[in-house]
Amino acid sequence: MEYILIIISAVFVNNIVLNQFLGVCPFLGVSNKISTAVGMSAAVVFVMTLSTLITYLVQYYILNPLNIGFMQTVTFILVIAALVQMVEIILKKISPALYQALGIFLPLITTNCAVLGVAILVVTKEFTYGGTAAMLNLPQALVYTASMAVGFGLALIIFAGMREQMDLVGVPKPFRGVPIALITAGILALAFMGFSGIV
Amino acid sequence: MNRLKIITNGIIKGNPTFVLVLGMCPTLGTTTSAANGMGMGLATTFVLMLSNLVISLISGVVPSKVRIPSFVVVIAVFVTVVQLVMQAYVPALYETLGLFIPLIVVNCIVLGRAEAYASKNRPLDSFLDGLGSGLGFTLSLTTLGAIRELLGSGAFFGWKVIPGDAMLVFILAPGAFLALGYLMVLFNKIKKA
Repeated sequence: MEYILIIISAVFVNNIVLNQFLGVCPFLGVSNKISTAVGMSAAVVFVMTLSTLITYLVQYYILNPLNIGFMQTVTFILVIAALVQMVEIILKKISPALYQALGIFLPLITTNCAVLGVAILVVTKEFTYGGTAAMLNLPQALVYTASMAVGFGLALIIFAGMREQMDLVGVPKPFRGVPIALITAGILALAFMGFSGIV
Repeated sequence: MNRLKIITNGIIKGNPTFVLVLGMCPTLGTTTSAANGMGMGLATTFVLMLSNLVISLISGVVPSKVRIPSFVVVIAVFVTVVQLVMQAYVPALYETLGLFIPLIVVNCIVLGRAEAYASKNRPLDSFLDGLGSGLGFTLSLTTLGAIRELLGSGAFFGWKVIPGDAMLVFILAPGAFLALGYLMVLFNKIKKA
């Protein structure tokens, strides 16, 4: 039950892009075509879950025992950057097909604030369940992260579909490009607001 | 004169938000009021100035292969400094901005200026470039924050100026996208005219 709540809350209610404003840059940047949006989403789900697994362990088994919690930002960004690089090298070796599909998105992910954002959220935020608030344990943290990433993918793919349609209509000149994308995203965010209060 | 140009370039011609469209996450996420936007802008300005200065000083020594990771570490160090200082002296603002303070590390503006300007120019110029870009960012965030605050809660920097209820949606998430979108339309329109 608690996992279902975590999933619904992370995917719909607190959608990472439309509610928490994390990962807006790739959301606006790679949402021109549905196919690229799908590739990017897959890469984000993969990297985000993996990096949170590692940063969670680093936080609880290295930073906390040594009492150097203030090193969090520096450590996490290094872990993520190294991880992305490593994933890229490993993928290239063992699965060229997957590398072909995800490869070009991987470098973009290091500077995706959603990855670092969720890694920090998971170790600082308390999750309220049944009236009691507690820190997420490892399985919960992983489910939460994966759902956050799926929420990112969902928003990105819906948005890409809307933008593909938008290419077919004549948008007034000052609205072209980023402004109309932002306004569309605003309307999509309004739709997602309908989910608030479910959990 | 030339130095002044470096600063104004970041504010108008190379405005990070409206011209370069960088750093969208904090722009949308922290501008629920003018004061919040300004706080976020100033925190970013501080990081930009000092990271630009240090990166310009070390760029001759760092091999180009490990350039980006080294820059990121320098930036992360200054972000941690900002984090600790804000936590100590402005805890209320620190609570409101929350996650977006550590996320200055991955703000494209900071790494962008480091890579595009500081790694190729002299320390003082880089410092001023950071100041200019930072002020441009602060200005856009404060403007957006002021508009959202005025529409969403009828106040200006915390002072209630419009009596009665306001359009709450502008404080919430969708309002951020809509307000920024229409502000950009206005900016484009003025630029063309």
